[in-house]
Amino acid sequence: MGAVHTTGPVGQSLPHESALGHVTGRSAYVDDLPELQGTLHAALGLSPVAHGRLLGIDVAALKAQPGVVAVFTAEDIPGPNDCGPIVHDDPILAQGELRYLGQPVFAVVAQTRDAARRAAALAAKVIQHEPLPARFSLREAHASGEHVVPPMRLARSASGAGVASAMAQAPHRLSGQFSLGGQEQFYLEGQISYAAPQDDGGLKIWCSTQHPSEMQALVAHALAWPQHQVQVECRRMGGGFGGKESQSALFACVAGLAAARLRRPVKLRPDRDDDMLITGRRHGFEFDWAVGFDDAGRLLALDVTLLGHAGHSADLSPPVMTRALCHIDNAYWLPEVSLLGALPRTHTQSNTAFRGFGGPQGALITEVIIDHIARHLQIDPLAVRQANWYGQDGDGERNTTPYGQKVVDNVMPALAAELVEQARYTQRRADIATFNAHSPVLKKGLALTPVKFGISFNVNHFNQAGALVHVYTDGTVLVNHGGCEMGQGLHTKVAQVVAHELGLELTQVRITATDTSKVANTSATAASTGADLNGKAAQDAARKIRERLAALVATGWGCAAADIAFRQGQLHGPRGQSLSFKDAVGQAYLARVQLWADGFYATPGLHWDRQTLNGRPFYYFAYGAAVSEVLLDTLTGEWKLLRADLLHDVGQSLNPALDIGQIEGAFVQGMGWLTTEELVWHPQTGKLLTHAPSTYKIPTANDVPEALHTRLFANRNVEDTIHRSKAVGEPPLLLAFSVFLALRDAVAACGAPGCQPPLSAPATPEALLRAIHAVQA
Amino acid sequence: MAPHDTPRPLRFVFRGQVVEIPRGNPQQTVLQWLREDQHACGTKEGCAEGDCGACTVIVAELADDAEGSAAVHADGLALRTVNACIRFLPTLDGKALLTVEDLSPPDGPLHPAQEALVRCHGSQCGFCTPGFTMTLAALHEHHARAGTQPSRAAVSEALSGNLCRCTGYRPIVDAGLQMLPAGGSAPALPLQGVREQLQSLHKLHSGHTLHWPHSDTPFWAPRSEDDLAALRLAHPDARLVAGATDVGLWVTKQMRTLPGMIWLGDVASLRQMQEREGSLLIGAGVPLEDAWQALARHWPTLAEMGQRFAGPPVRHAGTLVGNLANGSPIGDAAPVLIALGARLHLRRGEEQRSLLLQDFYLDYMKNQLQRGEFITGVSVPLDTRASAPPGQPGWQVQAHKLSKRWDCDISAVSASFALRLDGSGDEARIADVRLAFGGMAGVVKRAAHTEAALRGQAWTEATLKAAQAALTQDFSPLTDLRASRDYRQQGCAALLQRLWLATRPTNPLPASAWRINAVTAHRTEEAL
Repeated sequence: MGAVHTTGPVGQSLPHESALGHVTGRSAYVDDLPELQGTLHAALGLSPVAHGRLLGIDVAALKAQPGVVAVFTAEDIPGPNDCGPIVHDDPILAQGELRYLGQPVFAVVAQTRDAARRAAALAAKVIQHEPLPARFSLREAHASGEHVVPPMRLARSASGAGVASAMAQAPHRLSGQFSLGGQEQFYLEGQISYAAPQDDGGLKIWCSTQHPSEMQALVAHALAWPQHQVQVECRRMGGGFGGKESQSALFACVAGLAAARLRRPVKLRPDRDDDMLITGRRHGFEFDWAVGFDDAGRLLALDVTLLGHAGHSADLSPPVMTRALCHIDNAYWLPEVSLLGALPRTHTQSNTAFRGFGGPQGALITEVIIDHIARHLQIDPLAVRQANWYGQDGDGERNTTPYGQKVVDNVMPALAAELVEQARYTQRRADIATFNAHSPVLKKGLALTPVKFGISFNVNHFNQAGALVHVYTDGTVLVNHGGCEMGQGLHTKVAQVVAHELGLELTQVRITATDTSKVANTSATAASTGADLNGKAAQDAARKIRERLAALVATGWGCAAADIAFRQGQLHGPRGQSLSFKDAVGQAYLARVQLWADGFYATPGLHWDRQTLNGRPFYYFAYGAAVSEVLLDTLTGEWKLLRADLLHDVGQSLNPALDIGQIEGAFVQGMGWLTTEELVWHPQTGKLLTHAPSTYKIPTANDVPEALHTRLFANRNVEDTIHRSKAVGEPPLLLAFSVFLALRDAVAACGAPGCQPPLSAPATPEALLRAIHAVQA
Repeated sequence: MAPHDTPRPLRFVFRGQVVEIPRGNPQQTVLQWLREDQHACGTKEGCAEGDCGACTVIVAELADDAEGSAAVHADGLALRTVNACIRFLPTLDGKALLTVEDLSPPDGPLHPAQEALVRCHGSQCGFCTPGFTMTLAALHEHHARAGTQPSRAAVSEALSGNLCRCTGYRPIVDAGLQMLPAGGSAPALPLQGVREQLQSLHKLHSGHTLHWPHSDTPFWAPRSEDDLAALRLAHPDARLVAGATDVGLWVTKQMRTLPGMIWLGDVASLRQMQEREGSLLIGAGVPLEDAWQALARHWPTLAEMGQRFAGPPVRHAGTLVGNLANGSPIGDAAPVLIALGARLHLRRGEEQRSLLLQDFYLDYMKNQLQRGEFITGVSVPLDTRASAPPGQPGWQVQAHKLSKRWDCDISAVSASFALRLDGSGDEARIADVRLAFGGMAGVVKRAAHTEAALRGQAWTEATLKAAQAALTQDFSPLTDLRASRDYRQQGCAALLQRLWLATRPTNPLPASAWRINAVTAHRTEEAL
């Protein structure tokens, strides 16, 4: 393929393609679409107990409620009662067994949403059940061998002697436990599906989902229909963050079932509380760890058991655990490592994807361990990090991850060095020591933490994407691709790629709703891969059209097609010829040249052995680092982030403004996870008590410091990604580790040198005060 | 039929027109009306409980009392951002409703807040954006008319009732600053003619109660205190509603059917604040935001509690007295007003009485209110205003709250202290003290044993320790989702320590040594 002779909007900080719609309220989300005549509304009746035998449902009592049109239970599902994405253990509606408090048991369909909700709220009265003992503790479930899938093991020994031997010989050893809470996605737009029967016997479903193809497949599966009878569309989501990857399915299936059975349009939009009671979230983890290290803090042996809170079913927990295991190394060479990852089954919501997908949990434990090492040795944690970086020589021995992939693009040392300089880390470390020495109540803390994050789905076959590009006779362009827009700016980036390829302004290019009837068999918009995969697929499609136009025009101009440049809405020939894009398109149409094209992309070079957890699961790594400074009130555990400096590697940015938006948004979201966002279940009933924003606290504008300095690291992807950019969705979430470890640093300032604050996450004021009292004792 | 039982249509201004609604369900929220009846879907539902701000709209009314009101004042109108999701539709009677669709005409220019949000990349998924836009538009109107500019902290504070899960807020705060350039910005809300429309509605309604009948939930909005008193006697089971920031959730979350509603937000005399006979009198209809600003003018140390007390849209809709009457053991107003020695004024028909707020609460969600009785207001004696620097003789007042999040969170512990020292240095004694705590028992109450351990004692560390030890005699708090029993107890002890550190006769610590919000990061221009 010839060189790309195009210039265009790639690399510019253009606004989100829907920005005008967002600020004017004109951008429509599923609930905003004009309702079809005859639309009915569904609501879900939820299990009132965490575990029980389902004996019956008083359907007649429900049908007698005002406005109720129909009631559906598991028996009404024609196909398999299952919406599990991997393991088929996820009932759509409870059958035989009640598996968590909040599990949907029946669906009421009524004339109005209010009537449906009022009837569904009778769940505790109409569900006949016999309670069974419920299990909520991760450690207890693990001890009793209750797992959603068998535990996974990943071990690597560079010396061949093994971890036990390296541990025994290490000059220093530490061990401990660490408890890490989960996190609610808290997408601002809740789950919603709106299903409408079509005149040909099919169903069209508007669904707020990151995975339309899977919604299509699962609805068809539940209805025992062929997939071509179900069409799923999503123009935009009001946030997803992983929560609408697999878990939009239950809502799509129920709306689809009701619409298919009633031959009426049915909308299912759970209230926020029900949404949070029904769906799962980021896995909380429990860790047991042991580490051996030398005087410089070099990691010689690492042994970690990871328990991931799967909940009642597998959902996406197995790949979440795989990613956790593959991110234990974060940015560090681990010569001797032994990991056990287990997913105990409990009677709670089934946990699922959330930005980072296990990666943050895996990487955090190592950062916590490094903090322990540094405090034990009484040296700056930054020095311990620097001592452990992966090597920069691609063939060196310090470059292989525990799962066998060579790290060939390591920019961590350089990136961290740049950040140390920009953030004046050394000077501020000294200033903080002085402040703390003179401040009896308030203490400051500082931390620099790195990120190395693997990009690609850990499952090879998901790393593919398709696109369609239509060029109309007036020269305007319509693009459809398999990725979903959830706010991340994917559609903007893909439009930029297509406009760039065809030498057009962005205004010439529109993106349409993601639609299973246009691009088939798409992968979830997840794993940060949206722009990588769909950008390449759209580029492929646009390039085909460009080449066809170039070939046609080159014939007339008597030059090689490869010598024609597309820029600023014009085709330019080597001898100064030019022709508007629109005129070229007009000529092509008359010459019967195909003006639409499909594009396809499959990430090259990946291989992965699921049994041995070995291979090259990631195309490349994204890097970053952050420095955070906190102020802690040692009387109450209240705290404040005073300043954060973020430096992140997005390769060659497709759109710096969008990338900075992802970095800052992820940082603040990660900070919420590790500090204020505490999930609390009732210890006896297992009811999630933090099921609304009144009780579950995500960060507000006031939690973000004025001194938030975000920069993109000057880099270029060594792999041939779309315009040499790097994925940005998930990696920067890990930048928030710096907040957590700065808090640990501040707590440590309350104790003797070398003290180890027993700080768990989230670091609520209560958790912080407990740790403060522990180090003061 | 009493005059207040004569039905009439609900009337308010929407999209520049007077909307007239003869009948409806008074439990319908403004958000449901917008989205379901008007198909105006720009305003979003994120939580249906007033906590996320996606449904933020602006309500404009005739400015009856510009003095002391925290509303945005424009053309004789008082504008407030409120949560449409928990605002009942008939409470709009005689007012104007502005939504995101009003900010810019189709194909017309954007409002400066919208323009700045686009320029600063302030939206990602866009779902929260209409709410942020409305909050910023109200902020813009205020500053454009005042010719002022907000600080970054003021913008963040204004936005603290709007949740965004995507951006991390920085670009939204930037937009809030950039929408008001240094050279000033013209007012931009479409308010032309609204005042005249509201005046003519006012004339048309001629001071009569709105009665909006409904088989389950009849609705009355009296205009005078006498009418309210009569209605309250005639319909003692009807729910009194002033801001509906809690009652709204009974409907949206618990799906309760209220046995009637009496809205007291339109009783002009109850919306007054005045200083009388050494007290600040705050009427039952005064929005929390206005009331707290007045309190903070007299007791500057209460300002921070005001900022942390719910989000701005809730503070604009809810009332101080509503928070007291609701009587939640975790309400933030009661500890402060009990510590200040406030009195409630009650009325039943023609009978009036008053009692100390601390005596109002009997047990969990039980109070002294008689059937047919209502609270007309609360008076706060001004005698505890700080008369001297910390550590010197005179009153010191502090208010604290402990919660997982700084803003807009429900307190794990809420505490307020009023302490009067006599003498100074080694002679300093605690002449009087009132300590009130929320979140520690079934009701907000004073800590009798702890106070006894302090009263008359020298203000020393030993006295502090004795008081901290006495706390366990006063309270035996519960563990719940907000905090454990231990944290509540330790937190209260810590707050007493703060009191001591800040007011001890010798070497009292300045706020910057114990208050995290008094410390800001050293600016690092060289790093920018």
